[in-house]
Amino acid sequence: MDKTLAHATISVDPEGYLTDFSQWNKEIGIEIAKEQGIEMSDKHWAIIDYIQQKFKEEEPLSIRGIKKSGVIDIKAFYDLFPGGPLKKATMIAGVPKPKSCI
Amino acid sequence: MSQTKVKKMLFILSKATLENVYAAFVMANGARMEGIESEIFFTFFGLEAIQKKKLEHLHVATVGNPAMHMPTMLGGLPGVEAFASTMMKKEMEKLDMPPVGEFLEILSDSGCKLWACKLAVDMFHLEKEDLIDELDGILTIGDFYSRADQEGTQLLFI
Repeated sequence: MDKTLAHATISVDPEGYLTDFSQWNKEIGIEIAKEQGIEMSDKHWAIIDYIQQKFKEEEPLSIRGIKKSGVIDIKAFYDLFPGGPLKKATMIAGVPKPKSCI
Repeated sequence: MSQTKVKKMLFILSKATLENVYAAFVMANGARMEGIESEIFFTFFGLEAIQKKKLEHLHVATVGNPAMHMPTMLGGLPGVEAFASTMMKKEMEKLDMPPVGEFLEILSDSGCKLWACKLAVDMFHLEKEDLIDELDGILTIGDFYSRADQEGTQLLFI
């Protein structure tokens, strides 16, 4: 379904994840973050960059991967994206929700 | 974000077989990843999973486990349990499942509370030093019930 964010029309799935990553830009990321009650900072963007890079490399995301990434530790990750960090961060990053159970 | 009515998951882990320990860990971590609070109460043999000297040496059960598709007599032979456990750990590593010690760190960092059962700690003559540093404390079962302090709390025995 279509949704208008940051003066652009994007297609999202029923949960609100972008279905086409090419439609993503930083302004859209900021707007999705706002909907999730998150004010983006440099630390947030560092994670988003990491997630988008993994997505482009077609590598699966996991909380263990975040721990090993060197970008952030898990405690800070939960603090930055409260209430489901990987789910929220991937939504802001414009990539699909991770399918992994870990 | 999620529509779930579950707000908090409390797990009682009473066994030390790999399959049970990982079941508890994956569910507790999965809860945190969904924004659900989670806590684990380690009791009886479950305490092995939080003993510094034992936690990396947990095994799968090869005897009395029909799903292993292995005759019980074979499962009881020396080395079979260790071999099966090594194989399973390899498979888990492929799926990026962390080893027990690292998983406990991840759980603790994720805000999952880890508790040891006082009765079982006393029964096995364990000291605080025998248990992992990430442990949040030693509780009675009554204390643990009092952790079920909000609507939408679920308690699961493993």
